[in-house]
Amino acid sequence: MLLRAAWRRAAVAVTAATGPKAAAPTRGLRLRVRDLAPQSAVPADTAAVPEAGPVLRPLYMDVQATTPLDPRVLDAMLPYLVNYYGNPHSRTHAYGWESEAAMERARQQVASLIGADPREIIFTSGATESNNIAIKELEAAIQPDTSLVSVMTVNNEIGVKQPIAEIGRICSSRKVYFHTDAAQAVGKIPLDVNDMKIDLMSISGHKIYGPKGVGAVYIRRRPRVRVEALQSGGGQERGMRSGTVPTPLVVGLGAACEVAQQEMEYDHKRISKLAERLIQNIMKSLPDVVMNGDPEHHYPGCINLSFAYVEGESLLMALKDVALSSGSACTSASLEPSYVLRAIGTDEDLAHSSIRFGIGRFTTEEEVDYTVEKCIQHVKRLREMSPLWEMVQDGIDLKSIKWTQH
Amino acid sequence: MAASSRAQVLDLYRAMLRESKRFSAYNYRTYAVRRIRDGFRENKNVKDPVEIQTLVNKAKRDLGIIRRQVAEQSTAAGRKSGSSSRSLGKPCTTWP
Repeated sequence: MLLRAAWRRAAVAVTAATGPKAAAPTRGLRLRVRDLAPQSAVPADTAAVPEAGPVLRPLYMDVQATTPLDPRVLDAMLPYLVNYYGNPHSRTHAYGWESEAAMERARQQVASLIGADPREIIFTSGATESNNIAIKELEAAIQPDTSLVSVMTVNNEIGVKQPIAEIGRICSSRKVYFHTDAAQAVGKIPLDVNDMKIDLMSISGHKIYGPKGVGAVYIRRRPRVRVEALQSGGGQERGMRSGTVPTPLVVGLGAACEVAQQEMEYDHKRISKLAERLIQNIMKSLPDVVMNGDPEHHYPGCINLSFAYVEGESLLMALKDVALSSGSACTSASLEPSYVLRAIGTDEDLAHSSIRFGIGRFTTEEEVDYTVEKCIQHVKRLREMSPLWEMVQDGIDLKSIKWTQH
Repeated sequence: MAASSRAQVLDLYRAMLRESKRFSAYNYRTYAVRRIRDGFRENKNVKDPVEIQTLVNKAKRDLGIIRRQVAEQSTAAGRKSGSSSRSLGKPCTTWP
């Protein structure tokens, strides 16, 4: 909350600055220029704001929260937003038929990315809905001791990859259903529902450079996995999710999956290199930096670092030119340290100093270098101000201090 | 159709790079230029004419996508928000 209020104040201060700034940007970066966000709250008759020139916006390093649309995805979606606007469930005219064809093509694209049959893909409004469909009622299925294992494929906070194939093998041998939330993993690491013995999988559009508001749930047919519908109505999507399927959105999801399949190797190689660069450059310039999460079983694009003796929120505010996050967006309103970090045994004070850096398909080397430079600069500055840091420099062991109450 | 010649491939490469540099969004622009360079470089030793033609056809489709998106995004970027005191000026370097 504090962060957003401060940001808004800063943004207002910039727009009110008098005199146009000289254009000449030297680096390709910092010119997150021209804030085009609609200013709906600005009344027309307030005192005229002098023409201030372009407003700077931060560069984007928060791909785990959401990703920009890939231009190829938008290109695929546009016809269905403009001309081909039929309801895919209309059976009686060409508008319906072409919309349905597009929906089925998208279904095939999603299925192909995860090694599934298209009949096993149900479109939803996102991974959250998919999770709910998959988990609901399955635990209370036929036998009282039937259970379900649900695991994230790649964690969204620290980027750790779970041993999915192993878990799948164990579940399959014990006849237990296996669900995985693959929102951060689909299209980024190879997934095959048959090799990994996955029964249910949640997929999110906006984590893989597709549109927001759409996702899919994979539901195995052989052996049949029964789920109960969350949303009842006209019986669309094999009765498992009623409601008109939003053709433009699912076309976007399908296109995103197809692009991901083509680009997976290239993206992975590039992102790994950039991640290596970020981590090495930060760690060689700053002491007492810890990377959270198993370094071996790790998706490179999600880097969670703890900077000792620096408070995470204050570092985020200092790095105002870079869009970052500490902890996951799902729990952003609370001040609790991340449950994930707590679960891996991170000290409470280190958990409060964690920042998540997201590197994606569109991240440039320039952006990484800029982020590293600013991060080093501000961590050093914040540490200079920290009495704890001063004590550590003097050789005091912080764990031995007895803090008094007063 | 005769397989594409070296000259045609190079023309296509140049056209794609030229078009990509017109993306107003920094991240799209840099991605397109980088991906095109890496893509053409990766395939520079392909000899099979059928494979070459497949790659060329895909590149042509991608060129179409780039053209459409550059045009689409420049009109969207030019769209004014509430306040009328904003001028258009230079194209922005990122897509908001």
